Amino acid sequence: MNPYLVLSLLLFLVGTTGFIVKKNVLAMFLCVELMLNAANLAFVAFARDLGQLQGQIFVFLVMVVAAAEAAVGLAIMIVLYRRRQTLNPDDADTMKG
Amino acid sequence: METLIFYLFGGIALLAAVSVVAQKNVFYSALSLILCLGSVAVLFLALEAPFIAAVQVIVYAGAIMVLFLFVIMILDPFSAAAARDKRKRLTCLAAALGLVALVVMFTLMRAYDPAALPVVAGGIPADAASVSRLGQLLFTRFLVPFEATSILILVAIMGVVVLARKRS
Amino acid sequence: MMTELLWLLPLVPLAGAAATGLLGRRLPKRAVTLVAVGASGAAFVLALAAFMELLSLAPGDRRIEREFFTWIAAGDFTAQASLLLDPLSAVMTLVVTGVGFIIHIYSIGYMRAEDGYYRFFAYMNLFLFSMLLLVLAGNFLLMFVGWEGVGLCSYLLIGYDFHRPAAADAGKKAFVVNRIGDVGFILGVLLVFLTFGDLGFGRVFGKIASDPSRFPPEAGVGVLTSIALLLFVGATGKSAQIPLHVWLPDAMEGPTPVSALIHAATMVTAGVYMVVRCAPLFSRAPVALDVVLVVGLATALMAATIGLAQTDIKRVLAYSTVSQLGFMFMAAGAGAFSAGIFHLMTHAFFKALLFLGAGSVIHALSGEQDLRRMGGLRRRIPVTFWTMLVAALAISGIFPLAGFFSKDEILWAAWAGGHPTVWILGLLTAGLTALYMFRLIYLAFFGEPRHAEGVHPHESPRSMTGPLVALAILSAAGGFIGLPAWLGANRFARFLEPSLSLVHRGAVPHFSHALEFAFAALSVAVALAGIFAAHRIYLARPGGAGRIAARWGAIHRLLRDRYRVDEFYDRAVVRPLLGLSERTLWQRVDVGVIDRAVNGAGASILSLGGILRGMQNGLIRSYAAWILAGMAAVLLYLSLLRS
Repeated sequence: MNPYLVLSLLLFLVGTTGFIVKKNVLAMFLCVELMLNAANLAFVAFARDLGQLQGQIFVFLVMVVAAAEAAVGLAIMIVLYRRRQTLNPDDADTMKG
Repeated sequence: METLIFYLFGGIALLAAVSVVAQKNVFYSALSLILCLGSVAVLFLALEAPFIAAVQVIVYAGAIMVLFLFVIMILDPFSAAAARDKRKRLTCLAAALGLVALVVMFTLMRAYDPAALPVVAGGIPADAASVSRLGQLLFTRFLVPFEATSILILVAIMGVVVLARKRS
Repeated sequence: MMTELLWLLPLVPLAGAAATGLLGRRLPKRAVTLVAVGASGAAFVLALAAFMELLSLAPGDRRIEREFFTWIAAGDFTAQASLLLDPLSAVMTLVVTGVGFIIHIYSIGYMRAEDGYYRFFAYMNLFLFSMLLLVLAGNFLLMFVGWEGVGLCSYLLIGYDFHRPAAADAGKKAFVVNRIGDVGFILGVLLVFLTFGDLGFGRVFGKIASDPSRFPPEAGVGVLTSIALLLFVGATGKSAQIPLHVWLPDAMEGPTPVSALIHAATMVTAGVYMVVRCAPLFSRAPVALDVVLVVGLATALMAATIGLAQTDIKRVLAYSTVSQLGFMFMAAGAGAFSAGIFHLMTHAFFKALLFLGAGSVIHALSGEQDLRRMGGLRRRIPVTFWTMLVAALAISGIFPLAGFFSKDEILWAAWAGGHPTVWILGLLTAGLTALYMFRLIYLAFFGEPRHAEGVHPHESPRSMTGPLVALAILSAAGGFIGLPAWLGANRFARFLEPSLSLVHRGAVPHFSHALEFAFAALSVAVALAGIFAAHRIYLARPGGAGRIAARWGAIHRLLRDRYRVDEFYDRAVVRPLLGLSERTLWQRVDVGVIDRAVNGAGASILSLGGILRGMQNGLIRSYAAWILAGMAAVLLYLSLLRS
């Protein structure tokens, strides 16, 4: 039992729940960052438990991906807002079956 | 000492995370997330990952979150149309599912025993040496993924430019 | 040298076809002509070289088989891409490329003003390729490829002028009728493989010849008979024999050079060639041989009578072709395989000449094909007249032109083979041949001009008359390579002998040369009688033909309507098939069963999808909830697995 992992789990679940509950695309993005961060915490915790640096390299890569994802996501959000004057994901449902 | 740091900053991180979700105002949510990320950075330090902690502060809390705040201010979500919820039950569902995941995950975690893991001797050197080791790994064994991330960033930049450009 | 480069022989026309077909639209006419005619000429030169090389070998060694690569290998089944050059295929190759080359030259003038000039030559070169593949193939399967290839080219060239519905329909008819025959052929090939486990000609026939206990030559009906009959079904389709003869007269809708090359000289003789190629097999299936004999005789007689009553110049020639093909099958059926090939060769010369001459007549009259509106052309188009006269004398069997030797040899073989009835009916057909042939000559070239006002008959350009003269020389002199025994040695038969060495021969009764000579004289007399009758009916007494037609009205109408075979097929086969297709297969099976099953499958998927569609609601948050649910489910499963 590793307390860091428990914390990571809790952070992750808070992020997940927030993602579903929030009705603002920006806020949902923040929740995604929260989840990624929780995963990073788990990686670092495992890295220490295993005595291996690879876990930290993973974290590094995750951060780069998160940066790219945030940039593209925010750009999409700007386009969405420009087109529809809304940030509510429920209003962007033209792709429904 | 480490236990104290863990409980202090872990608690702050958790509270900040809950605040991210609970805040009605996105601006406050973002500020709470910065707090949360900062606390986790301290935990990284405690976990003998000083480089990651530094990157967390510089890149994450610094760059990415500032980007978020910029967008929040550009888009002015406070004046956006009143949020309407097409799936009211989703909130309850999310809570229930989260609870299930929590319980199950917790039971699984109880079985996790770090002492049983095969620890590689000398895997993580102390403090400053660990940063140089990390750098060596990053530029030798993990060179290809590392370079791939730079391409990813480049593509993301181009994508953002294309997306955000105003069409005349 | 040439035998090593045997593969070049079919590939040169193929290259020509590719060049003219793919690039011809952009090339100037002159270049298309140069490539296409050059390819056929090169093929002729190569064939000549191969023939010379074959001649330089000892007769026993004149069998060169080259396997170029393994074409198909599947389990026990292998088929080689192998070419076989022996006297039989050498003769065929020479005929195909020689006549083909002459007709290519003729086409330059004939097709000059046509649209799609390049298309015509591409098809013609493709035809040469397919025909050479058919002739040179070393096994049944490769022969079938050529067999289908020539059928395709025939279809394309009959329907060359596809804007005219008649031409398009004739092309389709030829294709469909040939398909019936091809089913028989491919079944025969499959039976060959099942029986011998091999498809190479040499090996299959070697097994037949070396194993008389398994394939006794005197047996009644066995597997060899089945194979032979199935192959013969293919031959009846390709060579327009009863009951599949109906497509050839309609094929006259194609351009005249096509009729000359494909539907007179070469492709339609593929059936005869195939039967002769399989002579070792047929000769051990006496029942099948009798079928070949009877079908050939019946076709020869029936087509000759129909030819008497046709008014379209090309249709007369078409029925003449059917009739002469019947003669060739008669020869094969009587066991005189070399005589059949001999007649095939001479027929290729004079029938190609007749068609090209007919094309020249049609050209001179600006497209007129009806014999009733010709006449008096003798002095207007002298070259065409004299060359066609040579051809008509040759096909009638007048000594010493080519047709005399070959036809007489067939009739003699029928008598010598112990078929006196066949001989008498064959003689009668020969007389009818002379009659309908000179009917055509008299109607077209003698008497008063009956063509429409404003038509000024003119001789064709030299590119057309040159081939006529060349073929006339061949028709006149071509017979001397096969002088009958009473005039010396039959060198043609002796040359073909290595190809037919595995043929089973029964005891041949010996007859004196004097008797053979008497028979030859008799057949010339019969031919002269036919010509004389034609003169009396169609030239000497104006209106004589009309009186005869009136007196024998029913018979005349029957002949004019081609025994109403097409109408019979229409009623007996086409309409029932259409009715079955429309009422039962379409409205019941297709609409009722297949469509319903397909629509039902679609509808059930649609309703199932309607249920699942609720998930795809476009709300990203609910997708996230589903992901979370999935995660929870996986975790639950893992924890259950642990405990």
